[in-house]
Amino acid sequence: MTTGNLGLDTFPKLLLHHAGERGERPAIREKHRGIWRTVTWRELAKETAALAAAASARGVQRGSHVALLGDNRPRLYAAMCAAQSLGAVVAPLYQDATADEVASSLQRANVTHVFAENQEQVDKLLAILPRCPMVQCIVYDKDRGMRHYKQKELVSYDALLTQGRELAEQKRDFVQGEVADGKGEDPAFLFFTSGTTGPAKGVVLTYTALIDRARLAATIGELNDTDVAMAYLPPGWIGQTLFGYVQPMVVGYCVCCPESSDTMLSDMREMGPTYLLTTPRVLEALLKQVSLRVEETGGVKQRLYRNCMAVAQRVNEQRLAGKTVSTTDRLKAFASDLLICGPLRDMLGMSRVRVAYTAGDAIDPELLMFFRALGINLKQLYGSTETGFFVAMQRDGAIKPDTVGAPLEGVELKLTPQREVLVRSPGLFREYHADPATTAQAKNAEGWFHTGDAGDLDQDGQLRIIDRMAYVGTLKDGSTFAPRLIENKLKFLPYIREAVAFGDGRDKVCALIDIEISATGNWADGRGVSYTGHAELAAHEDVYTLVADCIARVNARLAAEPLLAQSQIHRFVILGKELSADEGALTRTGKLRRHVIAEQYRALVDAMYGGHAGVRFGDETDEVKIRDAKVVAPAQIRRVA
Amino acid sequence: MNVTPPVQSSILQATERAFPFGPPILELSSISLRFGGVQALTNISFNVLEHEIRAIIGPNGAGKSSMLNVINGIYVPQEGSVTFRGERLSEMTPTQAAHLGMARTFQNIALFRGMSVLDNIMAGRILRTHATFLEVAFQLPRARREESENRAAVEEIIEFLEIEHIRKTPVSRLPYGLQKRVELGRALAAEPKVLLLDEPMAGMNIEEKQDMCRFILDVNDHYGTTVVLIEHDMGVVMDISDRVVVLDYGKKIGDGTPDEVRSNQDVIDAYLGVAH
Repeated sequence: MTTGNLGLDTFPKLLLHHAGERGERPAIREKHRGIWRTVTWRELAKETAALAAAASARGVQRGSHVALLGDNRPRLYAAMCAAQSLGAVVAPLYQDATADEVASSLQRANVTHVFAENQEQVDKLLAILPRCPMVQCIVYDKDRGMRHYKQKELVSYDALLTQGRELAEQKRDFVQGEVADGKGEDPAFLFFTSGTTGPAKGVVLTYTALIDRARLAATIGELNDTDVAMAYLPPGWIGQTLFGYVQPMVVGYCVCCPESSDTMLSDMREMGPTYLLTTPRVLEALLKQVSLRVEETGGVKQRLYRNCMAVAQRVNEQRLAGKTVSTTDRLKAFASDLLICGPLRDMLGMSRVRVAYTAGDAIDPELLMFFRALGINLKQLYGSTETGFFVAMQRDGAIKPDTVGAPLEGVELKLTPQREVLVRSPGLFREYHADPATTAQAKNAEGWFHTGDAGDLDQDGQLRIIDRMAYVGTLKDGSTFAPRLIENKLKFLPYIREAVAFGDGRDKVCALIDIEISATGNWADGRGVSYTGHAELAAHEDVYTLVADCIARVNARLAAEPLLAQSQIHRFVILGKELSADEGALTRTGKLRRHVIAEQYRALVDAMYGGHAGVRFGDETDEVKIRDAKVVAPAQIRRVA
Repeated sequence: MNVTPPVQSSILQATERAFPFGPPILELSSISLRFGGVQALTNISFNVLEHEIRAIIGPNGAGKSSMLNVINGIYVPQEGSVTFRGERLSEMTPTQAAHLGMARTFQNIALFRGMSVLDNIMAGRILRTHATFLEVAFQLPRARREESENRAAVEEIIEFLEIEHIRKTPVSRLPYGLQKRVELGRALAAEPKVLLLDEPMAGMNIEEKQDMCRFILDVNDHYGTTVVLIEHDMGVVMDISDRVVVLDYGKKIGDGTPDEVRSNQDVIDAYLGVAH
């Protein structure tokens, strides 16, 4: 059930449509002070209209840029729609961005109005205000701690709303006129790219592009207005805004905002979403939590879990491969579901999930298969900010774990000789904001967009993504080196949080390892290994042995894949502290920024290739140890055996 | 001794206070307390203004906890009197103190260990509940109404102290710093006029101490609650207190703003030791 009717070509128009069509149905739910509070479509439309009236009185107008800085909150969503009602372009920012990052985004997009969530965000904004003189107005939602702030730019959301309600009467015709004036080809959002390979770029997307893609995806997922989604990823990421704002606007389903990121899991369990967007990172974290808990139990429970998961995974693989499953296996799978998979789905808050997607980064096939074996209909989705997110997705009944699925309707794919994926689609972005040169570089005259991803199409027309073009390299012997595929295999293991593989232009692959402190700490506790903190645990000889075992297992798996057999990890280092976005090693969506890491850890990498057993690095008191990993015989021999 | 400038209080002085100081809400005059032959407190007088953060500091065994227990009505001093909100109290039980608007936390946490965070803080609402046992047992209208009012108040505190994620967790499973925070929450639930904190930062690491400082300042700023706190760690106290009383061997050796106290020779001697 989607709103395919003509004329509904912007989100404010869609909102009014829903307010009339399903006014009393929930649009957004938010857990606030322990209770789920519902905002109906009618209430959302009313609040949006009032906000729009007040915002226009404060200078928001057609073409101006309004930034959002905060978590998913009904009020920020209302603010988004209010700004769009007036024809303004909304730029959602990452709420954990540093003040400098925020400043550069505000400057780049020439933002005049900002909606901020709380004191923390306001503090950031006030600090950079001198550098961003075009910012006229900062609206804050939560007034805690804001009593002492007297800056003239500040206004509370409540005050704005009250003012808007007073103005709503006299401005009604004006706001309605502005909404009616909005056209599908107008820019709706300005998203900043995650900036994996360079500084973030502002991507302008139109209403038509977003609505067209969202409508198509909704048809494929058979979404309707009784569906429920969770809004728990950063709104600065296009995926979250699509699943939490664009698609609800198109379909009329309800979005739930958890109380905080700490309560996400239990909140999700309470709401039981039916439509779910995840990222490989979230899934990795969930899996690590599950394995950690299973490690902590023992005896019968642990054996039961292992056996049941083994059955579930075997049956799942057989089903995907299209083989018939024997009656005994079917019975066993049924029992596994009853005993382990069902309860586990419930604990993860996924027992009602009909359709789940993983997007944003490449996922390790094993990770995908784990969740599919659990009975969750998890599928890969490929797309980026510039391509309107929905480019290719796996379809029910045609899932190959190592591909991202077939292109969606309307999407044309082309591969360059260097295997770069080119996309032409109605969902493509309009331009990089105020940067025609870069736009022309990325999108050619015929409308083909260079994704920067290397991939290939298999015989069924399914797309397989190898890695970012910039990162795919070759080892000295000429074989392809795709670091992300290797790293994802490492990250699948519970003790490894993050890994960075090096090997382009080298004779062998080496890796930096960042341990998962909770799982490794737990492992250490169980063994009586004592440590004072992350750095000491990471440097412990036993932990090195543990990680060496993990890598040996990964090497065995790499050896079994022809493309990756030469990419086995020869040497590794365990880092004394986490790679973090604040130091620039990761993007805000948690992707590696390799050029930064290569620069920061140059001494370590050189030492690994130099054959040293240790190296002094940074402010560590002791030498950082370097160890060799066990390399497995090449695949050809193994395949014969 | 600690010579870093008092960061937080200077900020508060620079901007206007949400709740300006009122008249003395609590007055102690010539308090002396003996346990048998041991003189725990000798002739101590000071007052606490409404809406201020007042610290009692001193080395170990200086009589800080005894002082707090006198204020709270646990000990009855042999001499002197306590005047609270204009009422002179010669003999007061802790229950009366609670009814008059005092709430406290303890040096060694005194929570209901098996109960959840939510239930522990709900317990702090007991004085705000008027329904009788039978009304509650049969869930009559007044009991039901009060229950939801209390829950709303408790949820506000949970949000205020940022402990949403442990709402349903049994207290015994929480780390020490969080337990301290829950105890503060339970004291706040009584909507006290005066909050007595007995070594709120004891045994915490730096991060937990900073968190606790922020919450104490926020409580004072947001609810206007008068805070009387005991600490032996001077550094933190100086940063958040408006005025400080210094005790040593049961005697008052200093009283004033953190800066005044810091430059007081007796205080320096008591903390650093002095050659006699």
